[in-house]
Amino acid sequence: MLNQHTISDLTRRLAQREISAREITQSCLDRIQQVDGRVRAYLSHDPADALAQADAADQTIAREGWNEARPLMGIPVAIKDVLAVRNHPLNCASKILGNYISPYDATAIEKLRAAGAIIHGRLNMDEFAMGSSTENSAFGTTRNPWDLARIPGGSSGGSAAAVAADECIASIGTDTGGSIRQPAALCGCVGLKPTYGRISRFGLVAFASSLDQIGPITKDVRDAALMLKVLSGKDSRDSTSLPDPVPDYPATLSGNIKGLKVGLPREYLVPGLDSEVKKSVDAAVQKLVGLGADVCEVSLPHTDYAVATYYIIATAEASANLARFDGIRYGMRVDGNDPAELYSRTRGAGFGPEVKRRIILGTYVLSSGYYDAYYLRAQKVRTLIRNDFLNAFEKVDVLVTPTTPTAAFKVGEKAENPLQMYLSDIFTISCNLAGICGISVPCGFTSPGNLPIGLQILGPPMGESTLLRVAHAYEQSTDWHKAKPPLQ
Amino acid sequence: MVSANIDVAYVAQLARIHLQPDEKQKLESQLAQILEYVEKLGALDVSGMEPTAHAVPLVNIARPDDLQPSLAHEDALRNAPRQAGGLFIVPKIVE
Repeated sequence: MLNQHTISDLTRRLAQREISAREITQSCLDRIQQVDGRVRAYLSHDPADALAQADAADQTIAREGWNEARPLMGIPVAIKDVLAVRNHPLNCASKILGNYISPYDATAIEKLRAAGAIIHGRLNMDEFAMGSSTENSAFGTTRNPWDLARIPGGSSGGSAAAVAADECIASIGTDTGGSIRQPAALCGCVGLKPTYGRISRFGLVAFASSLDQIGPITKDVRDAALMLKVLSGKDSRDSTSLPDPVPDYPATLSGNIKGLKVGLPREYLVPGLDSEVKKSVDAAVQKLVGLGADVCEVSLPHTDYAVATYYIIATAEASANLARFDGIRYGMRVDGNDPAELYSRTRGAGFGPEVKRRIILGTYVLSSGYYDAYYLRAQKVRTLIRNDFLNAFEKVDVLVTPTTPTAAFKVGEKAENPLQMYLSDIFTISCNLAGICGISVPCGFTSPGNLPIGLQILGPPMGESTLLRVAHAYEQSTDWHKAKPPLQ
Repeated sequence: MVSANIDVAYVAQLARIHLQPDEKQKLESQLAQILEYVEKLGALDVSGMEPTAHAVPLVNIARPDDLQPSLAHEDALRNAPRQAGGLFIVPKIVE
């Protein structure tokens, strides 16, 4: 079952000619055939195209041998339906894009291709990445491979479920307020949100431009490091991408965290924190102590304001970004007697309830008379939240928290209460506001229930090397990441 | 902070989103609840704080003003809901 293996396992065997890219790809396709009718991680995929890419990879390896400069050669990577892949559909899990076919590749996709990856499939998500459960997809809810009655998290729920169910080797997600880390935690995968600007956003459909970041969801930390190395770097087509050199991330995974300072934010002990989650995270902290880390309590005093700040800033940015979906140049159109009527009808018919809710909220907080009270104030509070983190990182190297307050909830449980859904993002949201990096790694299971629990590690801007080193040292001292969901 | 009172029909019109009556009613109560929640930001003293628009500020990122290839004409029109003669077809804009 090659589909169950990590990138690093598979590439080692590809290099030794033990296996072929076609065999790896076929094993993923077989698994999709077997389980995706129930998991519903993929919105669409093209087996013939994937196999053609696999054959091309096999020919390259046969002709040129294994090339370390192309570290993803022959590895199927599945893509969240929010990144442009040339000649593939792009819907953002929304009706409003109609039968849109991307005319170009996102920079992240170009980089994956240059590294030899097989780009395969469109993964389900909350519409325009707005949500925490994939229940906001216009094309149905993805199910958690650990319990099909539960949500996989969101918005990159398809990306996490596909990796957890071994329907791909790794996937790409995006994270605006936790949309990589939260589904990775709930599905038992590794999910990395890099520092804002680390990976180019060119070709990513924008939700909240000052918060959005692309990142990998993988089966272990080494694979996340490998993917990050491939994806990172300055891009002239994204002026917010950072010029800092890209380290050899996999080479930093020494397993040694002796003397590393780990901070535990006291504000993260919230009343809604599930006791099973707390128990697992406490045990993980003890494990880090056992590995030689120095643990101390720190304070992030403005934590309680993060969700409110986020839902003003993110919706404001979304209301501007989503103005482009107007029925004129692409996607669906509902005709009107004049342009304004055409816009309103198209957007009324094309957007789902959560997207409408956020655009209207964002329009309101930016509107005349309310801008200073809501938007400008939220931006100032964002400064306070960012300063909390920068102050904490003067004392400690990383912060450790639960990724989510609870394990995966049931489909429908929070669908009618948007505010409750927003509050479930409480541990992941600050990271985006502060522009720092974060990762979620598996740290246990609920009992009873057998649902995955995630440990979140947060690092300073451009602190990915340390972040990955801690995550890897922890992971290698446990077996949580090796567990597979009971899905036949 | 201002009081949580939102005229959904007016804001939806600003946002160019046509709402059905039941959608409007549901949004009124949900948005009131959300706005009530975000009122908590009013309790903070933010005087003297600079607003953060981007967490990692970069300034004056520019490239040389050289001619570069961009999206081909037919690619730009490929997803148009209506087109003719290499143009997007839209409703009448001027009388």
